[in-house]
Amino acid sequence: MTSLPNVAQAPAATGSDETILEVQDLKMYFPITRGLLKRRVGDIKAVDGVSFKLRKGETLGLVGESGCGKTTVGRCLCRLYKPTAGQIWFNGKEISSLPEKEFRPLRSDISIIFQDPYGSLDPRQTAGSIVGEPLRIHKLVKSKAEYNERLESLFAKVGLASNLMPRYPHEFSGGQRQRIGIARALAGDPSLIICDEPVSALDVSIQAQIINLLMDLREGQSELTYIFIAHDLSVVKHISDRIAVMYLGRILEITTPEELYANPIHPYTRALLSAVCVPDPDIEASRARIVLEGEVPSPVNPPAGCSFHTRCPDAMPACRTTVPTLKQVGNDHEVACLAVTPGGG
Amino acid sequence: MSEVFVMDAPETVAAPRVSEWKRFLKILFQRKLVVFGVFVLLCLVLVAIFAPLIAQYDPYKNDMAHSLQSPSSQHWLGTDNLGRDVFSRLVYGARTALEVGFGTVAFAAILGVILGLLAGFLGGWTNAIIMRAMDTLMAFPMIVLALLLVAVLGAGIQNVIIALGVATVPGYTRLMCGTTLSVRENEYILAQRAIGAKSLRTMVRHVLPNAIQPVIVLVTTMLGNVILAEASLSFLGIGIKPPGAAWGSMASAGFRDLGTHPLLSFAPALAIMLVVFAFNMVGDGLRDALDPKLRGKL
Repeated sequence: MTSLPNVAQAPAATGSDETILEVQDLKMYFPITRGLLKRRVGDIKAVDGVSFKLRKGETLGLVGESGCGKTTVGRCLCRLYKPTAGQIWFNGKEISSLPEKEFRPLRSDISIIFQDPYGSLDPRQTAGSIVGEPLRIHKLVKSKAEYNERLESLFAKVGLASNLMPRYPHEFSGGQRQRIGIARALAGDPSLIICDEPVSALDVSIQAQIINLLMDLREGQSELTYIFIAHDLSVVKHISDRIAVMYLGRILEITTPEELYANPIHPYTRALLSAVCVPDPDIEASRARIVLEGEVPSPVNPPAGCSFHTRCPDAMPACRTTVPTLKQVGNDHEVACLAVTPGGG
Repeated sequence: MSEVFVMDAPETVAAPRVSEWKRFLKILFQRKLVVFGVFVLLCLVLVAIFAPLIAQYDPYKNDMAHSLQSPSSQHWLGTDNLGRDVFSRLVYGARTALEVGFGTVAFAAILGVILGLLAGFLGGWTNAIIMRAMDTLMAFPMIVLALLLVAVLGAGIQNVIIALGVATVPGYTRLMCGTTLSVRENEYILAQRAIGAKSLRTMVRHVLPNAIQPVIVLVTTMLGNVILAEASLSFLGIGIKPPGAAWGSMASAGFRDLGTHPLLSFAPALAIMLVVFAFNMVGDGLRDALDPKLRGKL
C-alpha cells in the first residue's frame, strides 16, 4: 500500500496486527433541506454512533430491518458517503476524513458488492470490460496479455466461462450478473469486501450458490475480510464469524452466530430471532413468538435514550433518558441494553 | 471450488444472443413513411455530392437574354429573373441546405451534449450556471434569436451555422442534462466511484453512452427544423448571401413573378417541404426504434 501524508496513529487499543478495521462512533446524518435556499431543517440520522472492530480474515454479519442504516454503514466504509462524524481506521490509517484524492489508491483494497445485480452493471459495457475496469483504473496490469490473463482467472474464480466476456449484462441471468459483480469486486485484489445484501435480489437456490462462492473465495485467501450486510438472519448465520444486530442507526448486540442463536440477550434480538421461521410445521405452530408493537420510529427524530425503548417489552424509566453503550456480557458477546448487567469476560 | 458451480456447456449458459441491430432495423423500417423518408434523404445526399454532374448549367451565371423562361427541354424548371437555370440552382441549393443542416446540428449537438453532461453529472453550481444560461437563450423564439445573431455577425453560411447553432443549443443541453440526471442515479455509476474511477472517466465512458440515445433522435428532427430555419432566414434576405443558391432565397426571389412563373417559388418551397418532412419521418422512426419499451418485442 502506498504511504500517504497526514497519517495519524491508530489508538493504542487497536495496536494488534490482527485488526484490519476499527470503526469508532460512526455517524452519518443526511440533511433535510427545504425551500429555494436549501435551508437545513433537520437530519436523517441513518447511522448514529456505530462502533466495532474487525479482525483480518473475519466475516462480520450486519443485520437489521429496512432503514436501520446497515447499507449506510457499508457505504461509509468504502467512502461512497463521507461520514458526518466518527473514525474509521483501516489497516491503522484513519480514512473517514481522507480527501477523495488520497483515498482513491485505497479503493482497490476496499471493494463493494451491490445488492441489485441488474442496476450495478453498466448495460453498455461487456462483462469483460466491467470486471477489468478496476485493473485499468488502478493500472494494476502492465500489458494486454497480463490483463487478459487476470480477467480469465477472475472469471474462473467466480465460476463463469471466459468466453462470456464479450457479452453484455442483459444476456446474463441474475445469479450470473452477481458473479460478474463479485469478479469486479475481486479485481483489485482487495483485503476488505463489503457485501451489501448480495443475495437479497436472487432466488433461494441461487442465493446458496452465491454464498458458497463467497465462502470459497474466503477459503482460498485467508486474508479476505467480509462485511456481510443482510436482512435475513439465516443467511448471515451461515457465513458470519460474528453478527451485529442494528436498529435505528445503532448496534444493539454483537456476538458469534452460535451465541446469538443460543443466548440472545437484547429484547430486539430476541424478537428478531423469534420471527425466523422454523422449517417444521409442528414447532412453527406451537413456538412462542415475540411480536413487537408499533413501527420503527423515524430516523429524523429518533427517541431519546435507548432508541428501542418505544417498542421494548422490558423498558424501564431509565431507558427514556440514558443511551445504552455496548457492554461485554460474556465471551465475545456485547449488548447495548440498560437492563443487562455486565458479566464476566 | 464447490460442487454448486453448474458449469454447463458455455454456449448454453447465457441467454441466446439477439442481434440488437437487426431488431432496430426491423422496427425502423416497419413504417412505409420512414422508408420514404430515408429514400428522400439518400437522394438528397447523392444530389448534393454529385451536384456538378447533375446540374447542366452554372447556377451562379446570369444570362439576361434567357431570363424568366418557362420550363423546356433545355431548362427543366425554367429560368429565373436573372436567367439562371432553376433546376441547377435547386441542385446546388441541396448542398447549402445540407451544409447548414449538418453544420448547425453538429455544432449545437456537440456543444449541447458536453454542457448537458457537465450540468447533469456535476450538479450544484455548474448545473445552475449552465441551465440558467440555457433558459435565457430559450426565452427567445429560435428564429428571432437566429435573426438577431445573423444581424450582429453578418450574413454568410458560416454565420448562419453559428447563429442557428447557438439558437438550438438549449434543446440539446436540456435533454442531455435530463437523461444524465436519471442515468447518474444508477448503481453502476456508484460502483464506478467505489472502484476509484474519476468523474471524467465515469462521465465519458459510462454516463454518455447510456444517456446519448434521445439526443440521436433529437438530431434527426432538428436537421429538418434547422433546414427550415435557414430557408426562413434566406427568405428574409439575411441568410445565404446572393448569388449563393439557397432554397429560401430562391423562393423569396421568385415571389415577384409568382403570377406568371409560379415554379420559381414553388419548386424550392416543395424541396424544403419534402426534405423537412423526410427528416421528421426518419426522426419519428428512430424514436420508435430506440424506444426501450419496444425492446424485446418483434
